[in-house]
Parts: sequence; structure tokens; C-alpha cells
Amino acid sequence: MQHSLTEKGGDLVVSLQGDVDLDSSPAVRELLLRCVGRGATVFVDLSNVSYIDSSGVASFVEAFQIARRNGTAFALVSVSPAARRVLELARLDKVFTIHESLPGGSDDGA
Amino acid sequence: MTEAANSSHADPVIEVTDLVTHYGNTEILHGVSLTVDPGEIMVIMGGSGSGKSTLLRHLLALERPTSGSIRLLGRELTQMSEFELYALSRKMGVAFQGGALFSSMTVGENVMLPLREHTDLDEGTMEIMMRLKLEIVKLAGFENLMPSELSGGMVKRAAFARALIMDPALLFCDEPSAGLDPVVSSGLDELILRLRDALRMTIVVVTHELDSAFRIADRIAVLDRGELLALGSVDEVRNHGNPRIQNLLNRRFEEEELDPEEYLARLTGTAKEPTR
Repeated sequence: MQHSLTEKGGDLVVSLQGDVDLDSSPAVRELLLRCVGRGATVFVDLSNVSYIDSSGVASFVEAFQIARRNGTAFALVSVSPAARRVLELARLDKVFTIHESLPGGSDDGA
Repeated sequence: MTEAANSSHADPVIEVTDLVTHYGNTEILHGVSLTVDPGEIMVIMGGSGSGKSTLLRHLLALERPTSGSIRLLGRELTQMSEFELYALSRKMGVAFQGGALFSSMTVGENVMLPLREHTDLDEGTMEIMMRLKLEIVKLAGFENLMPSELSGGMVKRAAFARALIMDPALLFCDEPSAGLDPVVSSGLDELILRLRDALRMTIVVVTHELDSAFRIADRIAVLDRGELLALGSVDEVRNHGNPRIQNLLNRRFEEEELDPEEYLARLTGTAKEPTR
């Protein structure tokens, strides 16, 4: 699994790539908690995620909960089909804010 | 059949070849061979004494065969060390028929147990994962109860949650529907199908429940008296010409042929020990 962090107009964009599983999710969790801790809006780009397990999903839940507590936004973006199936299985597609693309893009939609 | 189940070019997740096993001098499995493909739901079906539970115990490495080969996820199971089996168990989930929950632990602790054994995940992550799985099996909010406070069906679902906690590549379910009311049973069948579709999980279900088998199976293996009678799609098994299969499907009891001499010998205790 690879990840990158970029800033876009004060927002943080975390892009994940590859498999988010039991081995890689602790690093993802640490990164996401660090990002939401900065008080910025956090977008997690899942367009290149080929597999995500429930430890990865759990790290999203934890970061989302902290962001809500802090009054900041946390959203998933460009969710790959593989990731979407897992979110739907756990019915978390009803919980997370999900954008088709990064806000500011022409085909943005919740 | 699913797209995943059709991907016959992929290596099988399970490959059993000429499996023979004995209990004492009695041969229980008589050269069983079958393969399970990635993302497939394979139902192993048979009546009491068919050998289906024995086959499952061999697939779980709980017993060693007399001869034959079992390859799981590309590795020969019958020659693995305890350490290798432990490593492999991280990729496998097992929902035992009776639940096999630890009575001294809460439902939540039971479900999290594989995570504690196999990972160093943060406690908060493990708890969210545990609650996610309890949500999936419709046991949300029951994590602090003890197993003794659950109904039989709930114990079964908790065991299912524990089997799923590591998101295993390979899931074994032993009689998942037995003893459940039809609504709960149908819900578990639905969950098995969703796990295959959402996670591409390979699932082996051992059952004697025909309705459930026909609902969820990509393929069915029919075992009878330790022999593999048929291996095929639901339709292929349903329309199979073998009368023993039709007896099983139509729930007809089959009277075994009687040899008067052997029968008398059995009654008088002068029979040879059974071999095959």
C-alpha cells in the first residue's frame, strides 16, 4: 500500500493506493488521525484502492468521529468499486460523506 | 454463478486429491477429490455419517489423513508444521456449528479474540472492527453480554462475527442454518452471498439443509458414506441420475442391503472389525 498527502487550498487530501489491510491499516490510521488533528478538512481519495478490509474501514470511522467532534469535515472521494462494496456491506456508505471527485471538480456530487 | 466463481484460470483455493482417512480400522473417506475456486461458495452436502464433517475437520487441519493431499491457498496442508498452520489460520475463518464461544468472555471479547492473537492493532480499531462485524450479523449492541445470555441463534451469529473478524480469504461454515428459525437462517444465507460478492471471499459451507444449499451454492459436493457422489452446479446436482443423490434430495431413508451372515455375526459379536 502507498499513500500520499497533499494540500489543496488549506484542505488535506490523503490518497491511498493498493491494498489497505491488517498490515497497512495502522499506518493509514496514524496518518488520518494526524490529519484530522490538524483541524483541516480531510479528503481521502480511494480511487486507487484495490482492496480494503475492516481494519482500514475502522480507521476511517475513527478519523471521521474525531473530525465530527472537532467540527471539521472528513470525506471519502472517488471511492473505487472494491472499496465501495466493502463500505456498502457494512452500510457505511450511509454514514460517510462521499464525493464522486474532489470538491472544486466539475462532476462533484455527494 | 458469479464472475469470480467463473474465473477457472485462477489457481484453486482448495485442492483435495484422493483423500483417504480412517477412524481406527474403519475407512471414513474413500479417496475424495475436489477443488474450490477463488470467490466460490462450495457447499458440501450429505446426510449423517456421510463424511462431510470429517472432510471439514481435515480441511481445518484438525485431523491428518491416512493418505492423499490437501492444498490450501497453494500450500500442502498435510505436511505443515504447527507454526505454518498458525500462520495460515490468519487467512481462514471458521464458524463452528455450536458456536464454540468462550463462556468466560463477553461476546465482544470472543469476537475480537483472533485480532488479539494475530495482530497488534490499536484497541480502538479492534473495537470498531468488532462492532462492525456485530452489525453485519445483526447483533449490534450485544458486545457486553456473556454467551450464556444469548439464544442459540445469537450464539451462532456471534461465532459468525468472530469468523469474519480478520476478513479471511477463506471462510468455513459448519451447518450455519441448523437450528435457526427460517428468517434468521435466510438472513445468514444472504450474508454469505454478500460476503462472496463484496469481499470475493471463498466460502465452504457444510450443511444438510437443502434449501440453504440450493440458495447459496455456486457448486455442491455431495458426499455419501465417505464417497463423493457428485460435484457440480445446483442444477447438475438436482438433476443427477444417481438414486442415492435423489434419495438425499428427496429426504428418503435408504435401507442398507442386508447380508444375513454378516448381520448374525455382528449380533453375536463374531464379526471382523469393519474395513473397506
